[in-house]
Formats: sequence, structure tokens, C-alpha cells
Amino acid sequence: MYSVRLFCIRHSRGFETIYKGLEKFFLSLHPVLKGIGYNRLERPVAVVEKLSKGLLFDCKMCGQCVLSSTGMSCPMNCPKNIRNGPCGGVRDGGFCEVRPEMRCVWVEAWNGAKNMKNGLERIRIVQPPINRELRGSSSWLRVIREKGAMKDASKGQLDPAKSEMAQAFAKARKLEPAAVPLAREPEAALAEQSVQEQTSVHTSQSQTAGKAEQ
Amino acid sequence: MIKVQSPEPYDPLSQVPLVPPKGHHSASKLERVLRKGLFAVTAELNPPDSADPRDVLKAAEPLVEVADAINATDASGANCHMSSMGICSLLSRAGQGSVFQISCRDRNRIAIQGDVLGVAAMGVGNVLCLSGDGVGVGDQPGAKAVFDFDAISLLRTLKTMRDEGVFLSGRKLTTPPKIFLGAAANPCIQPLEWRAERLAKKVQAGADFIQTNYIFDVDVFERFMENIRKEGLHKKVFILAGVGPLASAKAARWMRTNVPGIHIPDTVVDRLEAADNPGEEGKKLCIELVQKMRQIEGVAGVHIMAYRREHMVNEIIEASGVLDDRQ
Repeated sequence: MYSVRLFCIRHSRGFETIYKGLEKFFLSLHPVLKGIGYNRLERPVAVVEKLSKGLLFDCKMCGQCVLSSTGMSCPMNCPKNIRNGPCGGVRDGGFCEVRPEMRCVWVEAWNGAKNMKNGLERIRIVQPPINRELRGSSSWLRVIREKGAMKDASKGQLDPAKSEMAQAFAKARKLEPAAVPLAREPEAALAEQSVQEQTSVHTSQSQTAGKAEQ
Repeated sequence: MIKVQSPEPYDPLSQVPLVPPKGHHSASKLERVLRKGLFAVTAELNPPDSADPRDVLKAAEPLVEVADAINATDASGANCHMSSMGICSLLSRAGQGSVFQISCRDRNRIAIQGDVLGVAAMGVGNVLCLSGDGVGVGDQPGAKAVFDFDAISLLRTLKTMRDEGVFLSGRKLTTPPKIFLGAAANPCIQPLEWRAERLAKKVQAGADFIQTNYIFDVDVFERFMENIRKEGLHKKVFILAGVGPLASAKAARWMRTNVPGIHIPDTVVDRLEAADNPGEEGKKLCIELVQKMRQIEGVAGVHIMAYRREHMVNEIIEASGVLDDRQ
């Protein structure tokens, strides 16, 4: 909701503290979560995340949340999806170029960042383009998974194919690891893939059926 | 009309200076001029709605006399025209330096990384990374807006291609593009207090030069430059101030209402309104702006955008005297 979104940005400092606290708490639970299985947790957590962040920040479930680096203003609400804003089209009074009735997401972001403890330091980080495969998945779990994997130094969990992005956007990788994820994604987190998976299951079933007939 | 390599077929290796001078990123004239400490001039070419190369060369004619590089816009204002890549390639054939503009609105990361290799192979030395106007303001508002990159993530990607010799995926390039990387700035538009910060982010992402949007409000721009100097940014990046001749008060009003990101103060509109010959007054105003920009510490050159008034560009630069030290 637009008014709630603006409220959250005005209180960015408070949300920064809450986010930090929650992250610390859940990070301590990383071994437990790993035990339960991130794949099993994915769907239920994503539902809770979508409902709560949807209400508070108009979250679009990009799966790569960087709210702490954008003054608690969700960049996916920018009609140009800019992750390093604002663009050069901001209207007088700080309104959006594309949707003139809306405050510019990035004007709000910089104002929100100013009120935070580490906001201005973090909004200066160069954010990478997002991975569209991760849309709809839980960013909360991704943050814990990435930070947990960094702590574990469990190299086997990290996907070498993604390392160039992590090098090119090294600062973002360090401070917002979910924006440049390296850990292997649980199947349930790849929405597109799970659709393909269903199709492939279907095909293999029909193949088996074919074999049985033979 | 400027001359194209002839006779056909054109030899693509004839004019491609692939090796940049020592300490340079590219073989572009613009980079050489800026690194020498000379006051640089770039000019925007209005792309034709045509497939005839002569239309490009004709439009370039008044620009080549004075410009160190010619910017080929990439469907600016979300209006469809000949592509930036086509124009840059034609200018390369004609032996002219150009700036390949990339808007993130129309192409995704796969297309853009490939295009940059393409223009670099055509001998284009400069690339300007832009987020781009929304599709809604253009002639085809129903188009799909892509915005896979934004200007800053695009800059970092191209820097990675150039300096690390890899695509963003990590796949190796056999020959990286030797390009001088540019970005835009819009110093006179909200949020004024964060504009210098955003420029700093572009420098951090990899920008070597900056071309600003139109500046008609010198006071606001001076304050912006003060912030730039405070951060020492003018020593890390070459800043070219954007200027252009206005045709009339009516045109000025139309521009500031209909083109995103343009701020024209009332004093400028009033001055055009009061003039007997608004076209001449707009030109005079532009000459004054060029001269003022020259005086501002940290401004390395001007970028002239003369929409439908390209024929004035050489006269404006010559009258301003900013190139007098070139001879």
C-alpha cells in the first residue's frame, strides 16, 4: 500500500534496526534451517514474505531484496526497475517521470537512507542487475543461505559459474549477498525451473509409460 | 556531405585503430583531447527516420567541423529512429569519431554486450550508458520496456568487459572492446542534493566521462559543480556540460513540459519571448552558455544538443571561441 510504503521509508531507521536484529537471529539458526532443508522451507517462507513485505514496502518479490541499501524504498516499484537511482527524469517536487502521481522511488530512497545508521554508506554501493530467474522466491532465506555459506566457507555450495558477477560487483556481494547470490539455489526457489521440472517429470513419465508398453 | 570511404566495398580494417595510445582506454579522439587537457566539444546528431546513409552524413556535416565526437542517440524520448549502431558505423566509415549511446529501455544484457563488441569492431571508441526515458513518452507507448540493466550496472558491466576481458557471465573475450566509457548526469533536476552523489556512483561504476543533460540554469549548475569539486570528482572524470540553442519561447515551454528531465528557468523563456528574433536570441544564449561553461572549474568541455538546429552548431562553437587554442 502506497501510504504504508511511505510510512516505512519515513521510519527507515527503525526498520534498519529490526532488519539487522532479525537477520542476526535467523543467521544463528542457519544450521537448523539447513537441517530442515531450504528447499522445504522455500514455499511457506516465500508466502509469509510476500504478504508482509507486500503490505509494508509494496514488495514485488524480486527475490534479491536490497531494502537496507535503498533507504527502505523498494526499487522494484520504480517503473524502470532502476537498482541504482534516481534517473534523470524526476519531476519537480520529486515525482516519478513515468507515473507522475507517485513520489520518485529513488528520491524517497536517498531521503530514507539519510535517516539510517548505515544508509548513506550502503546506498552508494553499485548494485548489479538482478537475476530474473529468482523472481517469486524468498529473499530472506537467500540472505541467510548466502551469509551462512560465507561463514561455513562451504565452497561446494557455491556456484563457480556466478563468480564473475560477484567479482564485478564485489562490494554488493560483500554487503548485500542476496543481490549477487553464489550459493546453489534450492529447486523450489527457481520458479521457472519448477515449471520446467513439472514438464520434464511429465515427459519422463510418458517415456516410462512408452517403455512399459513396449 | 562528408565523404565516405569509397569505392565500395568498404575495407573494414582500413580505419580501425585498434591500439589505444599508452595509458588510454580507447583510440578515440575525444579521449585524446580530454587527456591533453584541451576543452572538448561533442555534438548530438539527430537520427534520421530513413535508411539512406546520405541523411546521416548530411546531418553530421555541420558537426564534424567542431566536434571531437558525434553522439548518436538511441531512440531518445522513446521515439523510433535509425539505430545508434547504424549511425556510429556510418560515421566510422567516414573517419569520424562517434559516441555510441545505449539506453537500457530497449535491449537486455545479452543484446547490449553483443552490440558493444559490434561497435568497437566498427572502430567506435566511445560509449554512453543511459537508463533511458520511459516508453510512454514516445511514439509507440505500447512497447515493452526492458530495463534489464540500469545506467550504473551497465557501466560496471562494460568496464568488466573492457578491463577484465570477460562477459558478465565470466566467458572470456578474445579481444575486449577498447572503449572510453561515458555516463550522463542531470544536475538541474530533482533531487538536487543527491545529484553529485549519483555522479560519484557512476564514477565508481566505471565512467571515464560525463555528458550532462541541458543546462539552462547556470546558478544551479554552479552549485552542483561546487559539490563535485568538494568530492574531487572533477579530477576523476571528465565532465562535459550539455547546452543547446532554443528556437523560441514556445519551443522552450514545450520542451520543459513534454521532454522528461529538462529544466528551463522562466528567465530564459522570458528572454526569448521578449526578443525580436527568438531564433537568433536562442543562438546567442547558447554561445553565452558555452563561454560560461568554459569558465567553471572542473568542466572539461561542452556537449551540444541542437535538436533540429544542427546547422547552427559550428557557428555557435566558432563564435564562442572555445576552440581558438586548437590551432
